[in-house]
Parts: sequence; C-alpha cells; structure tokens
Amino acid sequence: MSHEHRLRIKTLTVVLVMVLCANLGDLMLKRGMLQIGAVQISAVGIWHALLSTIHNGTIWLGILFLIGFTLCYMTAVSWADYSYVMPAGAFGYAVQTVLAVIILHEAVNAQRWIGVVLIVTGVLLVGQTHPTTTETKTATP
Amino acid sequence: MIKVGLMLVFFICCSTGGEIAMTYGMKQVGEPGSFQPMVLLQFIGQAVRNGWVWLALPLLAASFYSLLILLSWAPLSVVIPASAFNYVVGTFGAKYLLNERVSSKRWMGVVMVCVGVTLVLLTGKN
Repeated sequence: MSHEHRLRIKTLTVVLVMVLCANLGDLMLKRGMLQIGAVQISAVGIWHALLSTIHNGTIWLGILFLIGFTLCYMTAVSWADYSYVMPAGAFGYAVQTVLAVIILHEAVNAQRWIGVVLIVTGVLLVGQTHPTTTETKTATP
Repeated sequence: MIKVGLMLVFFICCSTGGEIAMTYGMKQVGEPGSFQPMVLLQFIGQAVRNGWVWLALPLLAASFYSLLILLSWAPLSVVIPASAFNYVVGTFGAKYLLNERVSSKRWMGVVMVCVGVTLVLLTGKN
C-alpha cells in the first residue's frame, strides 16, 4: 500500500469517527434537553436549566461525544490540510438525512436530497485530492 | 440590517479564525506517532500547552454565541447560507494563511459542499 493511500485511509477514518461523535453528541444533547424540558428565559429559569443539565447523564454522554469530536478534529488537522478536513466533515449532514429516513422514517423532500447529493459529490471530490499539501512533523514525547 | 451584517462578519471571522488558529497550533504540535493510549495522552498534553490552541478556543466559543445571537436577529434563510459560506472563507484562509495548495478539484468540492449544506439545513429547519 502506498504512503498516500495509507494517509488517505487514516485521514478519512479519523474524519468518519469525528462525524460519528458529532452526530451522536448532538443526538444525546437533544435527548437530554427533551428530558429537561423547555428552558424558561429568565434568571431563575436559566439557573434551573443549568442545574438540570449538570445532573443529567444523557447530557454528560453528549458532552463526552463532543469532546471525542474535538480530539478527532485536532488529531486530523495535526497532519491533514484544514481545507481537506473541513469539507469532509460536512459528510455528517448527509449521514443525518439518511439516518432520519431509515430510523425515524422522516419524509425528506427533493431539495434536501439534492443537497445530500451535492455534499456527497463535494466530499468525494475533496477526498480525491492529496490530504496534506504542507509539511507535517511527528509530535515528540 | 447593518447590525446583522456586522455580526455576520464577526461570526465568520471568529469561526474561520478559530479553526485556522487550531490547525496552525496542531501543525506545530505535529501528528501523533501512533494511536496507542499513552502516545495519544502525550499528544493531548502537548496540544493543551500550545498557545495557538488556547487562542482558538475563545474564538470558537465567540463564533458559537454569535451564531446563536444571529439566529435570534435574522431569518434562517440569511443565517444558514452565511454559516455555510464559512467553507469558502475557510478555504481562502487555508490557502493564504496556512499556505495549503488548494487545487481546482478541491475548490469545486468545497463549493458543492457549501451549496449542499445550505439546501439540507434550510429544508431541515423549515
């Protein structure tokens, strides 16, 4: 396997984990906030919401996934181009739409499907370019 | 209108600036030698000691809050294309600030992603 091929697989794997963590994190935050209920826009309401989020396990699980997303992002850009990782990460929007259809049986209109096709085509185009066009170094312990 | 425009500029500057600072910092740290837990912990330790990473974090937080403010001020049809436009601004930043070589194929991909994200988010939130 060539160096470039290995680099591409490594980068896309980290980006895939990054996208999964971001989507699962958002899902957990949404679930957690549904358990807590609508936040009242007042000093007392916001204070209650803050306390409720601190004591909610689902919110913490969401935060853990979002920390995972940040670590994956930091790892990916330590060797790959920002202009490669950033658009590749948009693949998550396409995954969300497909999951909404398969799991939640949501109806998705033609405009959204066109968006998904554009994102996937865009990510495939970016994915074909070389992941690194600048010098990279290895972190020294 | 001027207020929304200024906040949009602030949001795009913070978002792109934060991500570029993060990338610059992580390029200084360098890639982890392997994915073993100890190596990754050392890698994270080096990242949190990097000044550019610390510059990135408040910028990214400011971009998040300015997006929330924008959503309360302007319609989604304005805010979402502007936030998707970050992909284009970010690519310019990568080219001129990080000296990345952005090929025409990558540009085409970025523009497609930008339009695609706008379509998906606009229909999703309607």
